[in-house]
Amino acid sequence: MPNMNMVESVNNALDTMLSRDNDVIMFGEDFGYFGGVFRTSDGLQDKHGKHRVFDSPLSEGGIAATAFGMGINGLRPVVEIQFADYIFPAYDQIVNEMAKVRHRSGGEFWCPVTIRTPAGGGIRGGHHHSQSPEAQFTHTPGLKVVYCSTPYNAKGLLISAIEDNDPVIFFEPKRCYRGPFYGDPHNVPTWSGHPEAEVPESHYSIPLGQARLALEGSQCTVISWGAMVHVCERAIAESGVSCDLIDLQTLVPWDREAVVKSIEKTGRCVIVHEAPKTSGFGAEMAASIQERCFWSLESPIERVTGWDTPFPHTTEWDYMPGPDRVAAAIAKTQED
Amino acid sequence: MSEEHGADPLHIPDAPHRPGDEAGFVEWPWSPGDLERPDVDCDASETVALAEGLVRVLGDDNKSSGEWDPKLSTEEMITGLEHMMRLRIFDDRMMKMQRTGKLSFYMRSFGEEAVAIAQTMALKDQDWLFPTYRQPGAQFVRGRDMVSMICHCIGNEMDNVKGRQMPVHYTYREGRFISVSSPVGTQFSQAVGVALASGYKGLDEVTITWIGDGASAEGDYHYALNFASIFQAPVILNVVNNQWAISTHKNFASKNGNFAVRGLPYGIPSVRVDGNDFLALYSVTAWARERASRGLGPTHIEVLTYRAGAHSSSDDPSRYRPSDIHSHWPGGDPIDRLREHLKETGGWSDEMHQKLSEKIDSEVMAAYKEAVKFGDLANGPYPSSDAIFTEVYESPPWHLEEQWDEMKKWRDS
Repeated sequence: MPNMNMVESVNNALDTMLSRDNDVIMFGEDFGYFGGVFRTSDGLQDKHGKHRVFDSPLSEGGIAATAFGMGINGLRPVVEIQFADYIFPAYDQIVNEMAKVRHRSGGEFWCPVTIRTPAGGGIRGGHHHSQSPEAQFTHTPGLKVVYCSTPYNAKGLLISAIEDNDPVIFFEPKRCYRGPFYGDPHNVPTWSGHPEAEVPESHYSIPLGQARLALEGSQCTVISWGAMVHVCERAIAESGVSCDLIDLQTLVPWDREAVVKSIEKTGRCVIVHEAPKTSGFGAEMAASIQERCFWSLESPIERVTGWDTPFPHTTEWDYMPGPDRVAAAIAKTQED
Repeated sequence: MSEEHGADPLHIPDAPHRPGDEAGFVEWPWSPGDLERPDVDCDASETVALAEGLVRVLGDDNKSSGEWDPKLSTEEMITGLEHMMRLRIFDDRMMKMQRTGKLSFYMRSFGEEAVAIAQTMALKDQDWLFPTYRQPGAQFVRGRDMVSMICHCIGNEMDNVKGRQMPVHYTYREGRFISVSSPVGTQFSQAVGVALASGYKGLDEVTITWIGDGASAEGDYHYALNFASIFQAPVILNVVNNQWAISTHKNFASKNGNFAVRGLPYGIPSVRVDGNDFLALYSVTAWARERASRGLGPTHIEVLTYRAGAHSSSDDPSRYRPSDIHSHWPGGDPIDRLREHLKETGGWSDEMHQKLSEKIDSEVMAAYKEAVKFGDLANGPYPSSDAIFTEVYESPPWHLEEQWDEMKKWRDS
């Protein structure tokens, strides 16, 4: 099986779907001729033609609205918003239009659009190239929300998102495009040799709504998504505590069963995300966990998140949750 | 059900030149003196020729002519030339710093130096500037200390925005240079609000703003034209058409390639100007300022230029356009053109130019050395990470105080 980094596996998923389904059409800013500022669409225009893979004007609202129109008229558009920070001009189209059209039209129209967008920090991008706005979309009924973390799940989840008949917001942790990120900016490995970088060339899918058990343990359940999954992996090793590490993969609908099962086993839970804490998706999970697992919990649920502030430029390592903070939270759940 | 048509499935534009193509442009049909300078109280309908044509003052013979000649003194022109040279030398130094890991990122104004510099010189000190990342040169006109600009780009202890923004996202309130934001286009409609506030307060303040050809596809551009027109805001709305938005050619932003005419149906007097012609830019901006100042409302300007360099230090334009393309631009180079004009009129020489260039070079080197004393990107010292929590609100609410304490615990452990 070929070893791919996440840029290559996303590219491969897009290529796979363009080859399989003539209704799949893709566009975005710098997406067509250039191949994307992160290179995820490199070579696709040459291979599939410029009427299927093209550049769009710089208009996120226009991209979303056009994708909406194509989607309700039988196409399966996959569009790129260059940075998740730039998705907000499209917010009205996504939240009020895409998310609601199936419902508002009594099921006569639906919108099978996938919106891919690189998200998260760790690239010295300051507050407009680093945000992780998943919670702004999980709060919108009608949208599915996916956050990949490895080359393998990026491809499988992206294929599922494209094949899904509902609108899907697909977050790609840009910090992990070329390697897993363990929280140390001075020691950044590539994906080469990583088991999750073994990616089949052929079509495969990972069902939306299914979590991945990245590590198996017995004393604590650590739940995360995106780049933070790898930070959690390092933190678990540092903590010396035996943990289940659940990579949520899909936030809406999330895999409650997997989480409940794990917490019934471990009795302890830490939720980690790099987005701000207030109204973050961790809050929704903590609330649901106490509803379902109250009698299994041996200690309070811990949350480790980004601060409730804009994302900084020079001091981003004091913002992003690192292995130390996560390890301390794991240790805290072990106190009696 | 519907039958299939026989035409191309979709019309997808392309750029006129791609890597490997021979670069070339159609020779401009416009010459200095072609276009009249209307009275400032003219109607939009009287500016059709100005929007469809191109206001030029500097001719191919390096002489200035026509009604739009602002008749600047030699001293004023030398000041403009010096600012443009300063910006280019500064940009080159900053790019070298980026390449050696001393800045995280950089964006040059290469080829577009005249835009912000000539236009800001044509304004008054009380006027507001609402720039993109491609107008940092305006700060030189407003007297900003170069050391503080470099400290911002490094994001060191002396960065006035405290390490929060990426390089080149300057804020300089003292010079009425409003904070640069990464999301493209947002400033354009905000500038209308700035202008309306000045009008409300009864002050003789004009607001100038810029947007790229690419970003004119954002809704903000259209909001700006409509609000400015409806409320007759004292604002100067510039579309800097440098032909490229990263890799996206202007053909993806305009079907007919003319941005200036878009102001006309909004009822806004509109002009297209040669953006590499310092004198034409100065003159058109001064005309627009007078209109705004006399309560005659907005002016819409297309500044026709060419992005000679990469979009940013993260960009590689050789992947999407011929490498030598900017050298074919009919508008030439803004610094060369003003230099040659000054030589033509007898106020300048190659020796004086060389001497000035060397003077600026030492000034930039000295500023750079001074700036890194306050910290560089690789080694710091950085602004305190306390700045993550300050100025999120006017004063931090309890939950930020709590998280701030937690951050300090981790940072100081």
